[in-house]
Amino acid sequence: MSDRLLIATRKGLFQADRTGDASWTITRTAFLGDNVTLAFFDPRDASIYAALDHGHFGVKMHRSTDAGVSWTECTVPQYPKLPEGTEPAISPVTGKPYATTLKLIWSLAGGGKDQPGVLWCGTVPGGLFRSTDFGANWSMIHELWDHPDRLQWFGGGLDHPGIHSIWVDPRDHNRVTVGVSCGGVWVTPDSGTSWTCQANGMWAAYMPPERKHDPIIQDPHCLAACTANPDVLWVQHHNGVFRTTDGAKSWHEITAAAPSTFGFAVAAHPTNENTAWFVPAIKDEQRIPVDGKLVVSRTTDGGKSFEVLREGLPQSHAYDIVFRHALDVDNTGQRLAFGSTTGGVWFSENAGDTWHTLSCHLPPVHAVRFG
Amino acid sequence: MVRVAFTENLQRHVSCAAKEVDADTVCGALDAIFFHCERARGYVLDEHGALRKHMVIFINGNPIEDRVTLSDAVAASDEIFVMQALSGG
Repeated sequence: MSDRLLIATRKGLFQADRTGDASWTITRTAFLGDNVTLAFFDPRDASIYAALDHGHFGVKMHRSTDAGVSWTECTVPQYPKLPEGTEPAISPVTGKPYATTLKLIWSLAGGGKDQPGVLWCGTVPGGLFRSTDFGANWSMIHELWDHPDRLQWFGGGLDHPGIHSIWVDPRDHNRVTVGVSCGGVWVTPDSGTSWTCQANGMWAAYMPPERKHDPIIQDPHCLAACTANPDVLWVQHHNGVFRTTDGAKSWHEITAAAPSTFGFAVAAHPTNENTAWFVPAIKDEQRIPVDGKLVVSRTTDGGKSFEVLREGLPQSHAYDIVFRHALDVDNTGQRLAFGSTTGGVWFSENAGDTWHTLSCHLPPVHAVRFG
Repeated sequence: MVRVAFTENLQRHVSCAAKEVDADTVCGALDAIFFHCERARGYVLDEHGALRKHMVIFINGNPIEDRVTLSDAVAASDEIFVMQALSGG
């Protein structure tokens, strides 16, 4: 059970701790005024990583080994320079050259339990990197970057494609699944040496009919897996919710999601493969909660039905959107938290049945993580 | 000697004091600075050595022309100033 919550926001990193009376209080801040785009807690060594986007000064990463008291800047992944005389490839969708420099750190994940210091990092514009020394050095996974299908990826809400979800199979740390917007779901069985796109069953409402079912242009907004049964993964896709029960070999659409099927975030129950949470909204052209009511939807039967959870959440003129990394569940499946674009943070200690406000006036929230 | 100075805004993230260095290009001048302050390199330049999109470098008050390889020439008594552009961020 987690008693600490990391909240990465447009204007700093906030740490909230659970107090004895079961309330949560912000106890520490870091990087105030700076754009903290992601936070990651590594349970293997209790370190915290914070990714920042300074805008003018570029993308940075910091690590804390003392629960956020002090921070040390790490190196960041570096994209390879094109050989002399080589022009960058042109995106068939935008007609513009693909970017070849780091734009955003969009996902961080630890390697296997038996791999201390191994980290995976997904980035915009689409590079996947691996470190074996706690982020001191990074190596690009060239087999994915150089895969010919990578050149068909394109940006969703961002100008460039990016890897926002990384799932390292707890049974076999060589098997890694990543989610790409817009580029589908990719799986490696051998730590990145070989890759296959495994998004069969997804469909894209935004594409012309000939390409709707093409796996390599799907837009999974977020991917989450059940730790106890890693063959069960959930995806909040741009135009729906999808689930696989065979390790991403095939996906099936879940149409019962309510009150809508659009959203960014998904959290998977760590031990119950049939339970997952979403924060739905009106689809892409509006991106606001349905009827101005902020709700969380939960399925406990593998997606056959959904409960709409609203107790404790604002139900009038609420226009909070919850980004893909801004919903998290702890390792018991009982504690959840999410943060919104309008600076609200809510937590639940009963699997989402009731919610409590942690704050309603933080900066826009990019990510929340228990740790 | 060429004088190189950095925006105050950079100092909040990484200390990088003004310094006089021996160099005949902007690239050479920055290399001389970053030799003693490697962490600052990544705040000013991208991973390929080009000037970051929302940064700007002046020589005696005039913006440099080559933002990719920083080949603009400098001479003794020139002043290089590195700052954030009023865009982006």
